[in-house]
Amino acid sequence: MFAELNELLGASPQRPEPGRFTLLRDSRTDGSFLVHHFLSFYLRAGCKVCFVALLQSFSHYNIVAQKLGVNLTAAKERGQLVFLEGLKSCLDLVFGEEEEQPGQPSPLLFLRKSPSDLRALFEFVHASLSAPGSEAWAGPVLLVDDLSVLLSLGATPVAVLDFIHYCRACLCCQLKGNVVVLVHSSEESEDEENELVVNSLCHHSDLILWAEGLATGFCKDVHGQIKIIQRVSLQQPGEQDLIQIYQYKIQDRNVTFFARGLSAAVL
Amino acid sequence: MPTGREPVPSHRCAPSPADTPGRREEPSAAPAPHPSSRSQPRSVPASRSLSPDPALTSPLAAGRLSPYPPLPPPTCQHRGLPLGACSGSRAPIGAERRAGPSRRARPLPLPAPDMAVAGGARGPTSFQRRAGAGARPAALPGTRPALRHGQLLLSSGLPSLDCVLGGGVAVGTLLLIEEDKYGLYSNLLFKYFLAEGIVCGHDLFVASAKEHPDNILKELPAPLLDDTCGKELGDEATAIKSEDFQDSMKIAWRYQNLPKMEASPTPYTKFGHYYDISKKMPPELIQSIKWHSFYLHEELSSQPKMKICNMNGAYVRLLQSLQRIISQGGFDGSDPQKKQKNVLRIGIQGLGSLLWGDDICCSDSPEDVHSLTKFLYVLRGLLRKSLSACIITVPAHLIQFAIEKAKAYSVNINYLFHHTGCVFCFRVLQNKAIMERVTNLSDMVVGLESFIGSERETNPLYKDYHGLVHVHQIPRLNSLICEVSDTKDLAFRLKRKLFTIERLHLPPDLSATVSRASKQELAGSAKLLSSGCAAMATGKKHLDF
Repeated sequence: MFAELNELLGASPQRPEPGRFTLLRDSRTDGSFLVHHFLSFYLRAGCKVCFVALLQSFSHYNIVAQKLGVNLTAAKERGQLVFLEGLKSCLDLVFGEEEEQPGQPSPLLFLRKSPSDLRALFEFVHASLSAPGSEAWAGPVLLVDDLSVLLSLGATPVAVLDFIHYCRACLCCQLKGNVVVLVHSSEESEDEENELVVNSLCHHSDLILWAEGLATGFCKDVHGQIKIIQRVSLQQPGEQDLIQIYQYKIQDRNVTFFARGLSAAVL
Repeated sequence: MPTGREPVPSHRCAPSPADTPGRREEPSAAPAPHPSSRSQPRSVPASRSLSPDPALTSPLAAGRLSPYPPLPPPTCQHRGLPLGACSGSRAPIGAERRAGPSRRARPLPLPAPDMAVAGGARGPTSFQRRAGAGARPAALPGTRPALRHGQLLLSSGLPSLDCVLGGGVAVGTLLLIEEDKYGLYSNLLFKYFLAEGIVCGHDLFVASAKEHPDNILKELPAPLLDDTCGKELGDEATAIKSEDFQDSMKIAWRYQNLPKMEASPTPYTKFGHYYDISKKMPPELIQSIKWHSFYLHEELSSQPKMKICNMNGAYVRLLQSLQRIISQGGFDGSDPQKKQKNVLRIGIQGLGSLLWGDDICCSDSPEDVHSLTKFLYVLRGLLRKSLSACIITVPAHLIQFAIEKAKAYSVNINYLFHHTGCVFCFRVLQNKAIMERVTNLSDMVVGLESFIGSERETNPLYKDYHGLVHVHQIPRLNSLICEVSDTKDLAFRLKRKLFTIERLHLPPDLSATVSRASKQELAGSAKLLSSGCAAMATGKKHLDF
């Protein structure tokens, strides 16, 4: 986790706030560093994390997490982390044997059966976060790396929104946990389905972290800008959302955040 | 005295005159670590030293081929960095930029993203002392670990493309080439990738719906041998040198020896081979490796078992064939008996075109828009869990064709269809979304834009080049950062025998009266150039200034 980002968000691993839906959004750049941040943050906070990693393999996250000071293999072994590796389960589904255990359908069953039904994925998340023994941990957290991949795999946007709605209802409201989701979006994107999902999620989220590339193009010292939107208007109607904009630079083990125009290279 | 010195090949370029005399005496001390400075002997020393990897040269014509052709002397000498003669006390170039503490904890080279975890019992940290030379795994031929994060890299066949991609194509990843308008240059890149596989001794899997893979393999360019390569590059170097000699500088004589312009990004270690397009790969080289082919029209008789709903049959067949080859060949580590591991290079030509049965290029409501993306996802899974790398060429210009047409003319599309009889893709928005999704599902995306048929062909500014190269995406593998090259404006040119990717260098406008027309062209082309950025960010298309 990045200490500077914790300061900016006012978050601390000692007391993670329950019941929040955080949306990570990136346009014209790669926002996966935010996923790594939240993964290590919640593991440090002692929460039980269900990580649906659809785009990269386990070892990728493991190696980055080691640089951030968290060991994913150990977390998996002690039951704190439930890792769904989307690529592996997809391969099992496509090339595996015919008979599947009736008690454990593949989470990506929508690939085979019907593209408008992400129920199997939700059941997987629900089962892993409400399994017996989860009370030992601080609170359940669902982390999804790249919801846009579900759309690429054929799920309808409505199915994706239903899935997120069920997860929110179950995790944020019932189990008092947190949900963090990463989506790709772009202002001049032609992907209507994706924009539909992203706009809808923006309206429902408590916190939006929007990583954008700089408008002026590539820069070696400033890798992008991040907009932090605290959706105060959801809790107190009539209030305006709090928007803060910072720029960031990604380094090997850390990401530094600074006010716009005040990057270390300029100063 | 450093241990483990590697023999020096005779053709290595001379160390720079800027070297201290002390270093001059030990030109071969390249990677050999000084015992005091590093406690951990490299597990793959062949990559650091510039001596040929024994596994690389032995199967192939013992000594005939050198994997490290010499760079032209001026560049080598005047960079001031002794490429051949790094002594133990001086860190390799990539590591210099890093802070001190992180050097100690540099992760070891990992064979493939997943294979690393499956491969051995590693402790909680990735830093691990190696017991001794006997314990290290056999180096895979033709690969080297990346400097930064230890990911195994392959050469793409084109050393200048390797620089642009951050060192090479990582094992387990996918390189997507967006074809240029007539597919000429993307075909060349495809062939370079396969030719590099043959020269390195990797296995090949070639899939195409257009040409039979046998014909593709017959048309591969021949590798440039050591002496002819030297002559080839030396010819150009002497040409430059003779010009220099005529106008030696009188005032700024200290700048006399600097190279005129750094056109191609110089690789920091020698990796990869050069190929001669005018000659064909000798058939005995092709026979020396194992290759598999998938020609769609021969495979249509077999009935695929559709486990994924709504997927294009051709893609399903291709995936099944690929999975069969990977598991039978032991590339995914499923066969522990196999001692000598090898890399599988996969080449798929023209994916997404009509020949594969995918109608996203030319239909108003494609049967299944998601076939291509589902295919790429399953392919990604297969690549990540095996020692393979894949190159795919996609006719992106066809998929996006209608966007330009519709926006340019903005006429009723039905009218256009009925009266011209041409097939455009009407679902404009849908299909451009496909390319965005395809980009998200690939690791490296490089687009080629050739000047053939465009107004830039006759533009004197671009007279040296044949097209532009846009690097749309570079992956961040196993780390938060990625290797981004400094030059974003890249162009390619096809010389008589060589294809290179260079930094686009617009010549200075030396005319007495600087014409307005050329200035506007420059501004226009500059806008277009800088809007294509890699990996980090892309700017807005239109800026106010």
